[in-house]
Amino acid sequence: MKPFAYLRARSADEAVQESAARPDAVFLAGGTNLVDLMKLGVEAPELLIDISRLPLDQVADTADGGLRIGATARNSDLAAHPAVRTRYPVLSQALLSGASGQLRNTATTGGNLLQRTRCPYFQDTSKPCNKREPGTGCPARDSAQRDLAVLGHSEHCVATHPSDMAVALSALDATVRLHGPDGERTVSATTFHRLPGDTPDRDTEIRPGELITEVVLPPSPDGAASVYRKARDRASFAFALASVAAVLSVRAGRIEHAALAFGGLAHRPWRAHAAEDVLRGAPATDETFERAVDAELTAARPLRDNAFKVGLARNLAVDALAELAADS
Amino acid sequence: MDPSRGRDDGAQQPAATGDRSTLTLQINGTERTLTLDHRTTVLDALREHLGLTGAKKGCDHGQCGACTVIVDGRRANSCLLLAVAHDGAAITTVEGLADGDRLHPLQEAFLDRDALQCGYCTPGQLCSAVGMLGEAADGFPSHATPRRAPVSAPAPLGADEIRERMSGNLCRCGAYPRIVEAIEDVAP
Ligand SMILES: Cc1cc2nc3c(=O)[nH]c(=O)nc-3n(C[C@H](O)[C@H](O)[C@H](O)COP(=O)(O)OP(=O)(O)OC[C@H]3O[C@@H](n4cnc5c(N)ncnc54)[C@H](O)[C@@H]3O)c2cc1C
Ligand code: SF4
Ligand code: FES
Ligand code: FES
Repeated sequence: MKPFAYLRARSADEAVQESAARPDAVFLAGGTNLVDLMKLGVEAPELLIDISRLPLDQVADTADGGLRIGATARNSDLAAHPAVRTRYPVLSQALLSGASGQLRNTATTGGNLLQRTRCPYFQDTSKPCNKREPGTGCPARDSAQRDLAVLGHSEHCVATHPSDMAVALSALDATVRLHGPDGERTVSATTFHRLPGDTPDRDTEIRPGELITEVVLPPSPDGAASVYRKARDRASFAFALASVAAVLSVRAGRIEHAALAFGGLAHRPWRAHAAEDVLRGAPATDETFERAVDAELTAARPLRDNAFKVGLARNLAVDALAELAADS
Repeated sequence: MDPSRGRDDGAQQPAATGDRSTLTLQINGTERTLTLDHRTTVLDALREHLGLTGAKKGCDHGQCGACTVIVDGRRANSCLLLAVAHDGAAITTVEGLADGDRLHPLQEAFLDRDALQCGYCTPGQLCSAVGMLGEAADGFPSHATPRRAPVSAPAPLGADEIRERMSGNLCRCGAYPRIVEAIEDVAP
């Protein structure tokens, strides 16, 4: 690891100003991804700006009945928060399906959103990788890509985004608030992460020096139930092969509100707009759920070894929707 | 439970230059002041600078749990914590679990159940189990908690819950069945 300087930010403004003044600086939150990547040599900042003690750890109701989640709230506190467990169960479940108890105690909202891909070539500095070193190529495409993308990938990168939380935030229509040298702005959680295209080195829409201050959830739609389902290689403490976040409300047998997002399939949480179009207004039956999910997954372009993910995701989604319909 | 807020945030702010800082950790109840390279993790501070070799280095990447200690009341992987970022923290390691000669009930249970073979993962298992029991008592849910369980009530701990909540601690010897039994003995 390269030596680095350390600054404990006393305010969000100070963190942003210091970061703008030092392009070689990186924010430190829980450090569970950053410190790992520094040990691997993937990240080599000259300055760490510690934001973990900023007063950005609150979780509080908004005036319109939504919820604001501070960027430094710990994943375990968020998953246990009564408002999240009762009004946004999909978010609590997604968080609890990720990492381990000890890691969730340390990991934060902002860091979870900005964690980097687990693509093994990205993590190995002896290998080329377009995401780590633009222009060097993508060795994953033709080799170990069983865990990688089936949707929205490009010839330059087939990585997936590993966050479970981000998938739930997309299905909940959350927004991400950013504080930067040019002021504040808000980005939808669904488009916060990017598709790789020909710039896979950029994971998200965040700009240099910008700090995530909070994530805001709109009020939960009337009568909506929600659930997170995740398939993985072992029963616990493993990243998703495929996952789904589903939000559904049904009235008199018809679907009123439907939101569906997939994890483990793409460079970002994959919001299933085509499936939602089929679901909205349709009868809440297994036939509808299958037709909707198939309408989405026809876009899948699996690689040599990961076609199994498409069927896995399909079954998870149909099952999740059927479970929510049965509950409502 | 709000343990991370217990620190002295008025502590002097380190300068944004230089690659070492002086910091204080409260280790098993005793204050220790150290000047450390910023790259030093809490795990390396314990093992290399304070002679506390109970916490083990298995993977050094958050994947095995052998380095688990309790930081401000919460279990954490000390291999991923930078010491400089934890200036002022109260840390409990396996060396601090016993009360004098009286072992912690979990340590007794691990002995009674023979819940180890080589013992390498055991300090991490013990600290993790102590932290886990606190989380469950505080009403923290897990992936194994029934969806309709009452919110904020202490979570009842059957074998499934214990396995899920302890999944961040690997055991290469496969002592899992005995580890779960030992924790069940102590769980309320
Ligand atoms: C063994 C292991 C297993 C895991 N399994 C899972 C899993 O199954 N599912 C899952 O979803 N995750 C998993 N994770 C990842 C874990 O969720 C992330 O490491 C964690 O959420 C990152 O949060 P952090 O606060 O520690 O971030 P840090 O490591 O501190 O930061 C990560 C990145 O975000 C930036 N950053 C942090 N906060 C902000 C902010 N407020 N504004 C701007 N930039 C910021 C940092 O500069 C850094 O680049 C696993 C991790 C490990 C080590
Ligand atoms: S898939 Fe993306 S992250 Fe993985 S090697 Fe290719 S370019 Fe790098
Ligand atoms: S040594 Fe820290 S988790 Fe393995
Ligand atoms: S007892 Fe040997 S690793 Fe667990």
